[in-house]
Amino acid sequence: MLLITCPVCGNVGDETDFHYGGQAHIRRPASANPGEVSDEAQRDYLYVRLNPKGLHFERWRCDRGCAKWFHMARDTVTMEIKACYGITELPPREIIAQIPPSNPWYGFFDQRQAEPASTAAEPKNAELESTGER
Amino acid sequence: MKLYSIFSLARNALNYHKDWPRAWRSPEPRPEYDVVIIGAGGHGLATAYYLAKEHKVTNVAVLEKGWLGGGNTGRNTTIIRSNYLQDESMAIYELSRKLYEDLSQELNFNTMFSPRGLLMLCQTEHELRAMKRTNHANRLAGIEARMIDTAEVKRLVPIINDSPNARYPILGAYYQPRGGTGRHDAVAWGYARGADSRGVDIIQNCEVFKIIRDDDRVTGVETSRGTIRAKKVAVVTAGNTSPLMQSAGVNMPLESVCLQALVSEPIKPVIDVVVMANTVHGYISQSDKGELVIGGGADAYNNYSQKGTLPALEHTITALVETFPIISRLRTMRMWGGIVDMTGDRSPIIGKTDVKGLYVNCGWGTGGFKAIPGSGFVFADTIANDRPHPIAAPFGLDRFLEGRLIDESVAAAVAH
Ligand SMILES: Cc1cc2nc3c(=O)[nH]c(=O)nc-3n(C[C@H](O)[C@H](O)[C@H](O)COP(=O)(O)OP(=O)(O)OC[C@H]3O[C@@H](n4cnc5c(N)ncnc54)[C@H](O)[C@@H]3O)c2cc1C
Ligand SMILES: [Zn+2]
Repeated sequence: MLLITCPVCGNVGDETDFHYGGQAHIRRPASANPGEVSDEAQRDYLYVRLNPKGLHFERWRCDRGCAKWFHMARDTVTMEIKACYGITELPPREIIAQIPPSNPWYGFFDQRQAEPASTAAEPKNAELESTGER
Repeated sequence: MKLYSIFSLARNALNYHKDWPRAWRSPEPRPEYDVVIIGAGGHGLATAYYLAKEHKVTNVAVLEKGWLGGGNTGRNTTIIRSNYLQDESMAIYELSRKLYEDLSQELNFNTMFSPRGLLMLCQTEHELRAMKRTNHANRLAGIEARMIDTAEVKRLVPIINDSPNARYPILGAYYQPRGGTGRHDAVAWGYARGADSRGVDIIQNCEVFKIIRDDDRVTGVETSRGTIRAKKVAVVTAGNTSPLMQSAGVNMPLESVCLQALVSEPIKPVIDVVVMANTVHGYISQSDKGELVIGGGADAYNNYSQKGTLPALEHTITALVETFPIISRLRTMRMWGGIVDMTGDRSPIIGKTDVKGLYVNCGWGTGGFKAIPGSGFVFADTIANDRPHPIAAPFGLDRFLEGRLIDESVAAAVAH
């Protein structure tokens, strides 16, 4: 049983007080001209899911509290909730740093994650955000 | 392979059953195979069996991280039926159900197929209409099944609450007389014994960490017992498919969630059919030992732990207690979970991938036990000939690219 704290209203409840919304940070590949969206991009958007064994980023809704959607970083093996953060936000830096190279989320939020720490310049917030959903 | 028969039983009785041979070997992995199958569940073992038997491909290894049949195959509630809605589904599930009819003879192993009859209750007007539609589709495909009214439901299932005042009253049911159950372990064991006797190496306690590819072609696997080279690799690992396929660079349209089930303490026979109540998310049958076998909907969120949570079970039991009031006093004896791999259209994925020599059979989600013989049959053919078997072809990964879904998610809210 998950015990969840809503990052919006602070409501604390078990998983039945919340609603699962699947993988987070999925961006719709639409453009001004939808015909330009490739079949692959459309497939990935609609059906392909990262489904990692370990750290995952997902959407939840605060059903019995403020009814708002929010984000959660959770381990799918230990069930540990690592962080809850706002629906327009990216995961906290320290959580992104914990994504191991074997996890399909690796490099998703920050390409420089793959480089050694000393050479990677500290990403500016604006840059980091531009890789996430808006 | 020593055949099991009344005579071998009598002969072995004379030695107090001390001299039965092992049902399968426990070989050391060889450095290279023609085909490596990852996952010794029912689907992997059936694939190996038909590869050896139908296609004479015997230089095959089945690699299993735990013990054979220890995944979902040994955890499911064994419902067998073929009354699906879409043509493609009917073809594969009915092929499978037919193979179940003679499976004990085929494998010389009692798989205890019990076509005791299966009812899908109609508890809303909408469900009644949907089931009628499925009935018409099934009859067009030659699948024997029919709608029955509330009185006949009550006759078949005397313990059912047929009150018109129930929260979800029984308005009728969709009845497949040759649906039923089988013995899950025996299906895995029978296929394992049959494959082993034809030369297939079943290697247990051998976890695959990574699929190795050389450019666009698969070359082998890295395992807890060393590297094993292979010309062809088939991934048949149910809820664990995404991480393995990802190691070969393929992201899958799958989500892994926990599906739970439970059995009650054993009681006298009270129900001799399978009843599925899809609107309220619960289904029930009685095992030969007398336990009521109960299952329902899956837990909501992604999970690799093989442990579910109580709310999902409570939801199932609440629904069934209203429909079968006498079970309210029963104690739960065991409960467990399995990690099932769900696709968006609730139909399986069978076939080739973009990587040469890499095949995948997964996405059976909450309902693949019934499909084991048929799936193994068409998948073996697909691997042996490096092109999809006609019945497997619609289930290829390419359907997600083409938007050609085989939608069974609306057809059965609970697809077991
Ligand atoms: C509670 C429950 C109830 C169900 N009820 C029904 C039902 O009534 N009717 C029905 O038709 N279906 C039902 N199902 C679904 C059915 O059990 C599955 O669809 C089916 O068993 C899948 O078989 P499989 O061989 O593909 O997978 P599994 O039997 O899970 O086999 C996969 C094997 O792969 C192994 N493996 C995984 N990763 C690796 C690795 N990296 N290396 C080596 N080996 C690995 C696993 O240990 C496992 O043994 C139910 C499932 C559950 C959990
Ligand atoms: Zn809230």
